[in-house]
Amino acid sequence: MPLDAQTVRRIARLARIGVADDELVPLGHELDGIIGWVEQLGEVDVDGVPPMIGTGLAMPRLREDAVTDGNRREDVLSNAPDRVDAYFTVPKVVE
Amino acid sequence: MRGFTIATALEALDKREITASWLFDTCANAITTHDGTLNSFITPTLEQGRAHAKAADDARAQGKTGPLLGIPLGIKDLFCTTGVRTTAASRILGDFVPPYESTVTQNLLDAGAVFAGKTNLDEFAMGSGNLTSAFGPVQNPWKRTGSEAALVPGGSSGGSAAAVAGGLVLGATGTDTGGSIRQPASFCGIVGMKPTYGRCSRFGTIAFASSLDQAGPMTRDVTDSAIMLGAMAGFDPRDSTSVDRAVPDYRAALERGVRGMRVGIPKEYHAPGMSPEIEALWTQGIDWLRAEGAEIVDVSLPHTKYGLPTYYIVALAEASSNLARYDGVRFGKRVPAETLDALYEATRAAGFGAEVRRRVLLGTYVLSAGYYDAYYLRAQKVRTLIQRDFLSAFENVDVLLTPTAPSAAFATNEVPDDPVQMYLNDIFTVPASMAGVPAISVPAGLDGQGLPLGLQLIGKFFDEETLYAAARVLERSAGFTHVPALWAGAAA
Repeated sequence: MPLDAQTVRRIARLARIGVADDELVPLGHELDGIIGWVEQLGEVDVDGVPPMIGTGLAMPRLREDAVTDGNRREDVLSNAPDRVDAYFTVPKVVE
Repeated sequence: MRGFTIATALEALDKREITASWLFDTCANAITTHDGTLNSFITPTLEQGRAHAKAADDARAQGKTGPLLGIPLGIKDLFCTTGVRTTAASRILGDFVPPYESTVTQNLLDAGAVFAGKTNLDEFAMGSGNLTSAFGPVQNPWKRTGSEAALVPGGSSGGSAAAVAGGLVLGATGTDTGGSIRQPASFCGIVGMKPTYGRCSRFGTIAFASSLDQAGPMTRDVTDSAIMLGAMAGFDPRDSTSVDRAVPDYRAALERGVRGMRVGIPKEYHAPGMSPEIEALWTQGIDWLRAEGAEIVDVSLPHTKYGLPTYYIVALAEASSNLARYDGVRFGKRVPAETLDALYEATRAAGFGAEVRRRVLLGTYVLSAGYYDAYYLRAQKVRTLIQRDFLSAFENVDVLLTPTAPSAAFATNEVPDDPVQMYLNDIFTVPASMAGVPAISVPAGLDGQGLPLGLQLIGKFFDEETLYAAARVLERSAGFTHVPALWAGAAA
């Protein structure tokens, strides 16, 4: 299925990346080329094959339920592009 | 600083023949002289480095030791370094200054290493030519015989590779998601090791594809690689995928030799259209190992051709998720807008370069409703088959030998317009990444145009020692003493 302008717009919206209207069609062609290439995976027989999630080398582990870090408010806020006192700021989201 | 390797510098430091301050100043001079052209550093930290070198000298004077005490290194600008700007070569991180240190760089600092600065890379480690950096491309210190054309250093760890090859530092950290240590190592004539997934902590390393990303050393030779990996590796409780397993003395494995070692030659790596020079080098590598007593065994990795497409689905899906954090709210660059969604969209449109945008969009697509099963889930299943290929091959052999990359370094104006053609650079490196097994690239010869080519050894899980033993034999047999154009005519 070709990636038309509407599909590209939908994906860009999901990814929260602004894409200008005149970029939708060329971007669709680019993405289409890559999608067409990865579609060769359709020919592989994967019946009964479990998905590989990570390499399975590390064992899940528990740690002691203890505080190991904290009280680093200034560190956490130190790179905020805009802050007010101890808060990150965003445009108003609730009327 | 082409005169010293890490090993020979450590020896000279131990014998008080040189000081760490002198060593650092020599590197700093090389950076000042050559990096205007190479652009291998985004943020040099020469002042801080000088102070650390002085501290290393003081420590030595007090009788202290350390596996890398006083050794100048470059750090790929994907590792968070306390108080030093960390960019991932992206505009979106702005002037991000991490308030914490990555585990790998902390381990290196604990070993006594001195950082000369943060090296250039493809934006968010996404690329094979170091052409997507927001801080400009890196130049390979090598040039074709009789040509002045600037060549790419490979990617994504292109700045690290160029800095080491150019003698600006003695070693550098890289990260490898699908070949980002090994391919630039091959292009720049140095050694690049991607250890087993879980060997080096990912804590504090800016994530691209979490199930694949792995840090490793980029060095002038195999001995230095073993020394540096020993200092980087180790269990880290702050990384849930870190494996709790003792770090062996890699250096002790270097001279084991390959007598009786079973070396697999995967037939599927004879890619159609592969350059005859690379075929010839591969054959040469086989002969070298055989001459030293290795047994050569033909093996099959039947799902090799699906490695790259599988990689591009899995890695991009993970990337789209990992890069969701760059939203202009908590750190990095912000483009103001009226609503929160508009702020996200404007920030990410301005902050991401074209390749990162392309990959995040594709990753979002393959994870989106209606496509998840067809693309992402299927790719994860094919990944299982790729891993099984390796596991079954390793029932019969100790190590695999292949070329590292399908070509030598290319010029900027030879870069294909088609992204898929560019992705093919990683055709020989991606499968080991998918399986999580370790792999190393060793410079093995020059092509007809005088450019370095690497051979790749792929090993069993956590068997970096066997890789080093075999790599050392290749290195000794190849006798690779060529120097890049940057140093032609200068005393090596």
